[in-house]
Amino acid sequence: MAVIFELAVQGAQMFSVLLLAPLLIGFVRKVKARLVRRQGPSVIQPYRDLARLMRKEVVLADNASWLFRVTPYLIFAATWVAAALVPTFATGLEFSWAADLIVIVALLGSARFFQALAGMDVGTSFGGIGASREVMIASLAEPAMLLIVFSLALVAGATQLSTVAAFMGSPEVGLRVSLGMSLIALVMVAIAENARIPVDNPATHLELTMVHEAMILEYSGRHLAMIELASFLKLLLYMSLISCVFLPWGLESAGAGPKSLAVGAAAYLGKLAVLAILLAVFETAVAKMRVFRVPDFLGAALMLALLGTLLLFVSRSL
Amino acid sequence: MSTVALLLCGPAALLATAILAAAISRLAAATRLVYGAALFISAALLATVAGHLAGNPGEVSAVTLPLGLPWTGARFRLDGLSAFFLVVVNLGGSITSLYGLGYGRHEATPRRVLPFYPAFLAGMNLVVLANDAFSFLLCWEFMSLASWALVMAHHRDEANRRAGYIYLVMASFGTLALLLAFGLLAGPAGTYAFDAMRTAHPGPFAAGAVLVLMLLGAGSKAGLVPLHAWLPLAHPAAPSHVSALMSGIMTKVAIYGFIRVVFDLLGEPAWWSGVAVILIGGVTAVLGILHALMEKDLKRLLAYSTIENIGVIFASLGLALAFKANAMPSAAALAFTAALFHVLNHSFFKSLLFFGAGAVLTATGERDMEKLGGLIHRLPVTSFVFLVGCVSISALPPFNGFASEWLVFQAILRSPELPQWGLKVIVPAVGGMLALSAALAAACFVKAFGITFLGRARSAAVERAHEVDRWSLAAMAVLAAFCLLAGILPGFVIDGLSPVALSLVGDRMPVQIAEPWLSIVPIAESRSSYNGLLVFAFITISASLAAFFIHRFASHAVRRGIAWGCGFVDAVPAAQYTAVSFAQPIRRVFGGFAFRARETVDIPAPGALEPARLKVDMHDLAWEIFYQPITGAIDFATERLNHLQFLTIRRYLTLVFLYLVILLLVLALWP
Repeated sequence: MAVIFELAVQGAQMFSVLLLAPLLIGFVRKVKARLVRRQGPSVIQPYRDLARLMRKEVVLADNASWLFRVTPYLIFAATWVAAALVPTFATGLEFSWAADLIVIVALLGSARFFQALAGMDVGTSFGGIGASREVMIASLAEPAMLLIVFSLALVAGATQLSTVAAFMGSPEVGLRVSLGMSLIALVMVAIAENARIPVDNPATHLELTMVHEAMILEYSGRHLAMIELASFLKLLLYMSLISCVFLPWGLESAGAGPKSLAVGAAAYLGKLAVLAILLAVFETAVAKMRVFRVPDFLGAALMLALLGTLLLFVSRSL
Repeated sequence: MSTVALLLCGPAALLATAILAAAISRLAAATRLVYGAALFISAALLATVAGHLAGNPGEVSAVTLPLGLPWTGARFRLDGLSAFFLVVVNLGGSITSLYGLGYGRHEATPRRVLPFYPAFLAGMNLVVLANDAFSFLLCWEFMSLASWALVMAHHRDEANRRAGYIYLVMASFGTLALLLAFGLLAGPAGTYAFDAMRTAHPGPFAAGAVLVLMLLGAGSKAGLVPLHAWLPLAHPAAPSHVSALMSGIMTKVAIYGFIRVVFDLLGEPAWWSGVAVILIGGVTAVLGILHALMEKDLKRLLAYSTIENIGVIFASLGLALAFKANAMPSAAALAFTAALFHVLNHSFFKSLLFFGAGAVLTATGERDMEKLGGLIHRLPVTSFVFLVGCVSISALPPFNGFASEWLVFQAILRSPELPQWGLKVIVPAVGGMLALSAALAAACFVKAFGITFLGRARSAAVERAHEVDRWSLAAMAVLAAFCLLAGILPGFVIDGLSPVALSLVGDRMPVQIAEPWLSIVPIAESRSSYNGLLVFAFITISASLAAFFIHRFASHAVRRGIAWGCGFVDAVPAAQYTAVSFAQPIRRVFGGFAFRARETVDIPAPGALEPARLKVDMHDLAWEIFYQPITGAIDFATERLNHLQFLTIRRYLTLVFLYLVILLLVLALWP
């Protein structure tokens, strides 16, 4: 019985992230629109967009290969699996031991690997520009992320995300310099990974500075829907990650009763709303940077993460 | 007949094949006969080792043959470590021979390849089995020379002759370092046998010197920075299946030599030896992959990426040394197992990738990525297996490269328990370097696959390309399957490595096969666990589900049209991104310190008609800092000595007289 309940909780997590992700994007867009005194589309507009894209026919370039057609599903699957393994409202999910934090980072790396390849498949200049810039950003963001994982693992004594989240919720944590550095670095990495301002502009199209949009320029119809949904899931994943590690309040163990799980779910939604508003305010307040300023931005994240890890090697209590 | 004696029949048979090959190499059937024989013998050796491991993995069997120097004999021995490396050598050897059955037919001058190929395999087998310094060095040199002959197979090309020359110089240098290392290990008594060296513990100074000499000797063969200069020249110069053997297998034999001496013969390590090895490993990993990223020749890119992987393996071995020196056997077992696992994985995917490069070379005659592109339409199977290799080497789950890198990261996370400050500072920095090199590797192989196989054809040769023969495809498919299997079932490999770890670092990783759902759990489940099988299943199921639902309930209509490209269609394929332009952002970020790269743009004056030019100036710093001063000094000295050849008889007599006087003086003053 307990196993069935835990499986149900895991299933609920998998489908709730899938359902929530477009809503989160819609909410961020709405807040951004209101901040610049526009009416903005409804918060459920991303669902409508996805539904419409899925029903449309796909227009493939003449020389697109099988890889181009498979990639959207691979990107979606890798991102979805990663997002389903991050604790949202409960820790200790049925399959949480299948992958630790390093695996989650690497799963997102797999998704990016295929996305960059798909960008190069048709052989247009835009695809190449997007892919080459994406791997440049990733080559700095990924080590920064791994060093953040190292810091968290050294503080909590585990790379298992459930254990980390449970430890961060316990009073043993206290205030630590290294965790502060990790938080700042994680936010910077999250901004870069999700192609948000100031690294990339998610609203842009036809601009020489675009990165993510340039890679997916040739996609249309259901393929584009899958990639868009994957990028929505990625934003949700990073927000869940930040909230379960740095805002662990209200996070319940999966074995707890339905009532406390409901409380956990409500707390999770509240945290997401706060983070979404913060993101919208930040994006409205800053301008996009030049592409070759991005390495400086991410280099700072990398150095912060490295410094945090070094401090923990020096003393476990820092 | 003991197991080791049985195993020695294999190299003997290979040597006989080599002699036979020299005799029959002009026949049309020679290629098939030689590779067939090599395949059969390697498979038989593999089966013998597998039988030995299945029966009694801990058993040590030794034999002394009346060969070599008089009164000493040649000693050979099979233990857990040799058995593991024999598996690596012969698994690689048999699959390479399978590939050679098809690829070898395209060889223009088979008589320059066929006799040396089995000899090279025999040499590698013998190095792993040797149990005294004399046999070890003899077999090592034999292996080097056989591979040198293979590098020189296409000797009409000036670049290959230069590569062969540099390889020969570096191989001699490496063997000299090994010779000195064994001299120190033998001690004043001059014991040749490894058994005697194992019981004699050298003093701290001698042990340090042996470590440095091994890093020079084995490290130059494996390709540690800055001793790597020959590797990206020599490995690609050989025929592709030999490149696969050199990069995938011979570098592993060098690692075997390092492990045999430093972990087995040298006794207890000092903690600073860990620092040295970890640091060199980390630097090697980052510089190797940065060089690979800048490369536009497919085979040289792969050779540079070998340097990166060797760096990862050495960093992990260094961690094992540090843990062993601090009496933390369980952590040492974790790091050591991770290193050996990566040795196995790298032998799989690097052979696979070189085979793929060989297939591209057969189909198009090109190694230069700037002339390829769009091969995914012409070589569907090759491109699929090459993609598997790229994903594996980029350390992406659920393939095998990720499993071993994950173990390395887990080992790094044990290191705050180390007491020495030197290690505490170095290990996180090297952890960052390994993370950086993993991310750069992914970028590098996006480039390798994307430029070579995707996009539009950049030359007419690609338009004419056809899929390669079945033997080659079979060999690549087998390796791709191994890459996936080792990635989703890493527990079996880890358990298979446990006797080696137990004998060399005194502990083993926990039994993995018993874990539920075949997860791997290096320390404890609450701490870290990874299940490649489940991750693979989850990705497959969710991708298929998504595809099924969308095709069933939404739309499955497809229309072909010209590429959108924001309404702008590139007229010629040359307008696509190239290997060099793809790497440009990374060159701008890392090139400054790694290559002292400088870009200058020449913009003509307004109204002038000549094109604008971008000039990139890059330096190979290892070559400029370490090699050029040495070659410069040698040139200078030889130039001076050259004058002695053109003296008058009077001056020669004066020289002889002076020399005699000095000699007598020395003798008189000698205490």
